[in-house]
Amino acid sequence: MDQTNTPKKNPLSMQLDLSKFSAASFAPATEEEKRQQDVMSESTTFFKDGMRKLFKNPLATCSLVLLAIILITIIVAPMIVPYRYEEILSVNGKRDKGAKNLAPFTYSEMEQQYIENGGKRFPHIFGTDEQCRDYFIRVIYGTRISLFIGFFASIIVLIIGMLYGSISGYFGGRVDLIMMRIVDIIYSLPDMLMIILLSVVLNELLHFESGTILARLGTNMISLFIVFGLLYWVGMARLIRGQILSIKENEYILAARSIGATPGRIIRRHILPNCLSVIIISTALQIPSAIFTESFLSFVGIGVKAPMPSLGSLANSAREGLQSYPYKLIFPAIIICLIVLSLNLLGDGLRDAFDPKLKR
Amino acid sequence: MSQPLVEVRNLKQYFPVKTGFGKTVYLKAVDDISFTVGKGETLGLVGESGCGKTTAGRSLLRLYEPTGGQVIFDGEPVTAKNITHMRKQMQMVFQDPYSSLDPRMTVEDIIGEPLDVHHLCANRKERRERILELMSYVGLNAEHARRYAHEFSGGQRQRIGIARALAVNPKFIVCDEPVSALDVSIQAQVINMFEELQEKLGVAYLFIAHDLLVVHHISQRIAVMYLGKIVEIADADELNSHPIHPYTESLLSAVPIPDPEITRARQRIILEGDVPSPLHRPSGCPFRTRCRYATEQCAAECPTLTDRGSGHQVACWNK
Repeated sequence: MDQTNTPKKNPLSMQLDLSKFSAASFAPATEEEKRQQDVMSESTTFFKDGMRKLFKNPLATCSLVLLAIILITIIVAPMIVPYRYEEILSVNGKRDKGAKNLAPFTYSEMEQQYIENGGKRFPHIFGTDEQCRDYFIRVIYGTRISLFIGFFASIIVLIIGMLYGSISGYFGGRVDLIMMRIVDIIYSLPDMLMIILLSVVLNELLHFESGTILARLGTNMISLFIVFGLLYWVGMARLIRGQILSIKENEYILAARSIGATPGRIIRRHILPNCLSVIIISTALQIPSAIFTESFLSFVGIGVKAPMPSLGSLANSAREGLQSYPYKLIFPAIIICLIVLSLNLLGDGLRDAFDPKLKR
Repeated sequence: MSQPLVEVRNLKQYFPVKTGFGKTVYLKAVDDISFTVGKGETLGLVGESGCGKTTAGRSLLRLYEPTGGQVIFDGEPVTAKNITHMRKQMQMVFQDPYSSLDPRMTVEDIIGEPLDVHHLCANRKERRERILELMSYVGLNAEHARRYAHEFSGGQRQRIGIARALAVNPKFIVCDEPVSALDVSIQAQVINMFEELQEKLGVAYLFIAHDLLVVHHISQRIAVMYLGKIVEIADADELNSHPIHPYTESLLSAVPIPDPEITRARQRIILEGDVPSPLHRPSGCPFRTRCRYATEQCAAECPTLTDRGSGHQVACWNK
């Protein structure tokens, strides 16, 4: 029989080939090598850490950049464009009646003549509307107003809802019962009716000095904020109460109590950070919902006061000439879409970034 | 014995349970228990699941408002008014290392929280040094300070919990089943750490557990609970070698001994029936429904703890 001492190794065998290792392979690691294994993570705060993770998320970063571009545009554009949002176009002090419903980047006859005579005219980037006003600047102002309403309304909702919900959820029992019945009552009020009634009443009651921001916003907008403050926080309050009810059963809340932390500290340091993801998402979603509400109110004619535009009122007035001038609906609609989409994506990104459990 | 560090007198903790229309039954989770813990001493508290061990520990620290009774700490009764001050002296280590640490906080903030609450550190540098000192007590590295709790293993998390309890320099720590969520090798590490810390810092423990071997190892004295009542208190060795109460007897006979010779030789006392519901407690002695010595006297009257010599207290009519 032809048999060697070491049988030929099966090429598919998983057995280790010891001849490939030298004695040095099994030597214990030196101190230096051991130290290389100690991974020292750099010191960061909770906020910095979250921001770092946020910028790793391409969708959220894109949304942030897009929102930044929109913000910069609505701040800078009115300084560059020589028209005002309520200004009816005129050439050399004469009213330009031909500048009605111009297509983007076109000029009226009077303007063309003016340019031929050597004058300079800023282009109508989005054309003009049926009252001979520059449409671009109107969209810019509309975006300003809509974003302003969106942010402020959701901040009002957030503050009231968070305070109310966390108190109700944390103390529980009878306090919770009474506070939640109040929420139920408010929830059952028809919000549109309330806005209409309030704006009628407030129109009588409120008189602002002309020229101030409040007067320019108009009583309709003020009543919209008041209604948001009075009615729309209930959803947020319920959401936060529900979160807190589940979070406060955790043992770390008991641990904080055994340390001697006060209820205020427990809510601030332990409970709210743990429902941060829900708060961020619902606030980010509250902004578009406020923009939509404002659009609807402008649509039924109790929104912003003319001639002040908002994205909703612009879209509404574009309805009339939809077949001839579709771009007048498209511009505000695209901007509403971009704002809503990027806020939602940013909200998603923020939630992921500030959840330490998702840390890679 | 000199004045005890913690004296619990007739502590009662009842929870109202609503049954149907306006009827309220009281669940007597802890029913009239009294014990003492000396300075630097460890009292083990054992009993089966649901017998009120954890509730006893929590109402002792006033995490629940006790229904009745008194806790006297260092000669001073603990009341709702001075509890914030008392929390600097009495701390707690929790059972579940996974849920007892806030997932949104770094280790540094978790351990530093008691320091912040009681304003024990003048500035950030002092706070940081104190946290690192505490971390070294429990065998954690300085580089762990910036990490979140979920990045640690169960044993390390329990160490974080212990460091948090130690932060205020307490004289007394209630350890609520601190090792039952850990596996055996880690249990040994943590228990040894508890002992080292006791030697170093002179802190007293109320060590709640259901593992008799663990309790016997760490405690000087052991109290046995059954259905909200303490049925026997004795020195650890005394209790182990001469249990008097029939419940303690059966508990000890159930402890597995890693020696087949002894296991075969000894007699296992198997209790009949289940633990009665704490909502419908038997009259008299709570253990009488399962006790083999039960008499009419047991049904009529509840036995109180009586001294059977050298501090061995038992609540039983017949033994």
